[in-house]
Amino acid sequence: MAARLAVSWLGAAPAAPRRGPLLSCRRWSGASADTVYDVVVSGGGLVGAAMACALGYDIHFCDKKILLLEAGPKKVLEKLPETYSNRVWDACSEALIMFDKDNLDDMGYIVENDVIMHALTKQLEAVSDRVTVLYRSKAVSYTWPYPFPMADSSPWVHITLGDGSTLQTKLLIGADGHNSGVRQAAGIQNVSWNYDQSAVVATLHLSEATENNVAWQRFLPSGPIALLPLSDTLSSLVWSTSHEHAAELVSMDEEKFVDAINSAFWSDANHTDFIDSAGTMLHYAVAFLKPTKVSARQLPPSVARVDAKSRVLFPLGLGHAAEYVRPRMALIGDAAHRVHPLAGQGVNMGFGDICSLVHHLSTAAFNGKDLGSMSHLTGYETDRQRHNTALLAATDLLKRLYSTRATPLVLLRTWGLQATNAVSPLKEQIMAFASK
Amino acid sequence: MSLGDICYKYEVITATGDQKLDHVERSSSMIDGDFGHESRNLCVGDLLREGPERRGILSVAVRGGRKLISSGSRFSAVLGSGFRDARPDCPRLTKSAVCSENQLSWTLPIKPWVFSEYKIMWFKSCRMTFACLNRMKSYRYPWTRPYSTSGTTVDSSEVKTFLALAHRWWDEQGVYAPLHSMNDLRVPFIRDNLLKTVANHQPGKPLSGMKILDVGCGGGLLTEPLGRLGASVIGIDPVDENIKTAQRHKSFDPVLDKRIEYRACSLEEIVEETAETFDAVVASEVVEHVIDLETFVQCCFQVLKPSGSLFITTINKTQLSYALGIVFAEQIAGIVPKGTHTWEKFVSPEKLESILESNGLSVQTVAGMLYNPFSGYWHWSENTSLNYAAYAVKSGVQEHQVPAEFVLKEEAEELQATASTNPAVHEELKK
Repeated sequence: MAARLAVSWLGAAPAAPRRGPLLSCRRWSGASADTVYDVVVSGGGLVGAAMACALGYDIHFCDKKILLLEAGPKKVLEKLPETYSNRVWDACSEALIMFDKDNLDDMGYIVENDVIMHALTKQLEAVSDRVTVLYRSKAVSYTWPYPFPMADSSPWVHITLGDGSTLQTKLLIGADGHNSGVRQAAGIQNVSWNYDQSAVVATLHLSEATENNVAWQRFLPSGPIALLPLSDTLSSLVWSTSHEHAAELVSMDEEKFVDAINSAFWSDANHTDFIDSAGTMLHYAVAFLKPTKVSARQLPPSVARVDAKSRVLFPLGLGHAAEYVRPRMALIGDAAHRVHPLAGQGVNMGFGDICSLVHHLSTAAFNGKDLGSMSHLTGYETDRQRHNTALLAATDLLKRLYSTRATPLVLLRTWGLQATNAVSPLKEQIMAFASK
Repeated sequence: MSLGDICYKYEVITATGDQKLDHVERSSSMIDGDFGHESRNLCVGDLLREGPERRGILSVAVRGGRKLISSGSRFSAVLGSGFRDARPDCPRLTKSAVCSENQLSWTLPIKPWVFSEYKIMWFKSCRMTFACLNRMKSYRYPWTRPYSTSGTTVDSSEVKTFLALAHRWWDEQGVYAPLHSMNDLRVPFIRDNLLKTVANHQPGKPLSGMKILDVGCGGGLLTEPLGRLGASVIGIDPVDENIKTAQRHKSFDPVLDKRIEYRACSLEEIVEETAETFDAVVASEVVEHVIDLETFVQCCFQVLKPSGSLFITTINKTQLSYALGIVFAEQIAGIVPKGTHTWEKFVSPEKLESILESNGLSVQTVAGMLYNPFSGYWHWSENTSLNYAAYAVKSGVQEHQVPAEFVLKEEAEELQATASTNPAVHEELKK
């Protein structure tokens, strides 16, 4: 059971081999008999497929031609999603923050990558009159049109596929992951840096079946470790740690790996007395000011086994494209932004991008506008850059904050976390923002 | 610069043939090159209609006119029809009058031997001046054949202004940027009002099945969105270059290529063949450029089907529109190219309404539009003192159409009530 977590870059098309700044100067002239598509989505991962699906189901795109290009083969699978709450705590202190929804609304969902892909594939098949999906096809080069129509040169974007065929499109959407070929071909600047961390993911079997509806995340100095529930007996692990440690974890045998996980969740090795007492002090103060129900503290589950062959590692970094849009081109998902998995927001930002872009494109189509026109594309860019920049900055800040063992910062984050835990409206805001 | 001015200049020319040649050629080059001239664009039609003081110029023209008539005859000599035929025939000569690909360059190849014919010509000139002056205009612009008694609706000087910018239509950040962003207002305006007239529509192609005429389509800025929404559109414009640009632009899109047709002509020319064939006529930013609004509206009436819709967007004639629309927009900020608009030709909504109503078109909506030069976006507004849009419906002629008229009247009230929600809706859409 390849339970790959719904983390942003996993589902995307395999990272393209690095190509230099391609063909941004090459222009296409002369008419051709290629089909002119209205929208081509390059990259059939979670975000790309969802984009194609959303457009296919949009009422104003009924008679438009949409194409999805996916380099991999078609995937089909079966599984069930579940719903959860979220608990996060610090390894250097007792401070913890609990996000919970007392009412019956679900706070969030954790859905496996494969499940999502399967659902999307099915939906795409249902709108196959509008959306064409080309599997095993990879765009090799892109040719951009002139800024405004020159005599006899085609105003559309030309795409050359690996098998030599060409197509034209009025709007190209790049959803091809953090090493986006579309972004490179357009020559868009990408602000990026690598964290000195890799993430290890694996599927774990719990030692006893429980009502597994809590996601646990513990911030170790080397990086956060998170346990995300999949079913009553299964959880998914995302452990961000240094490159060497990650390589070790992947190569060590099962028992040692399980031990490492358990000790990461349970060990008190990083506590210092000072911080502990400071934390307790604030805890009492808060309890005094705001007497609240003191639910018994739930403990994270312990792990018994790990699924063979489910251990994978990949490097982590931050990335943000300076521009999300160009005439006749838009970036969504990881092509536009890449984030640390500690907040679980990577693919969610991508889905948010889809929402915004589909809204703008739908309005434009209903107004009979040229889909590649910058006027509505810049609207999408403004919307999303505002949201994503904030989230990226916050995630990066959290990552740096929790990577240290320095006492003042630990104290700061301990109190900060406890205070945030105490202030319910703030927590509600955070939950609302994260679940948008 | 107009024919009247040229005539006046001829007045000052003195004796010898060679000198005349010089002056004449200089004047002709002034016609060709002077696009940015901001003086009031008189045209001959205006001259003929104006009062006695204008006639003074015409008397000058009479004197100078003989020289022009000579040159007119020179044309006929060039063609080989000879001096005996002193009355130049309009349609046959037009094509040859255009001796280069630039339709405006009207060279006067006057040779000295022409002037020996003066005495013969003089007697005919007085009678023929008026007719010839009018026809001279037609030489230059073969499409402006006089229609009915009140003359054509196309203003030749306007044609000149637009010709200079014919290749810039589709640059969305260029000279025509405000017109591009006006689509955010006018396309929903047309679309929503047309959708009200049908019971149900196809999603994705809301205007499919409708025939629309876009008068003064320019480069096709408004024609293409209407085509994308499923309508079959005919776009007409008197400036040939505009039609060429529009044709070229739509040729790359196979869907639009089939739905849109462009023709370089004026409205009067297609009235007979297209009577009562259009569901809607769109005249956006056009009525402030036509000579004769009454004729224009009559033609629109004739080409519309019964209960067809007429959409007009134009600029109001107020002090504010002079200050902002001409002084600020053209001369100071350069939002609109200089010389595009003439304040005297702006039409107030009241005048437009009265003309529409008196020609059998019942006005349903009038809504103000406002342009924000900083953001580049248009907004709906209660205030019609600058730009405004009007929607009128041709009253149904047949008896069974009468109930439809009542329905439309009710809808008119509804429209007025929802006019205030329109700005909100359109701002939503615009965002």
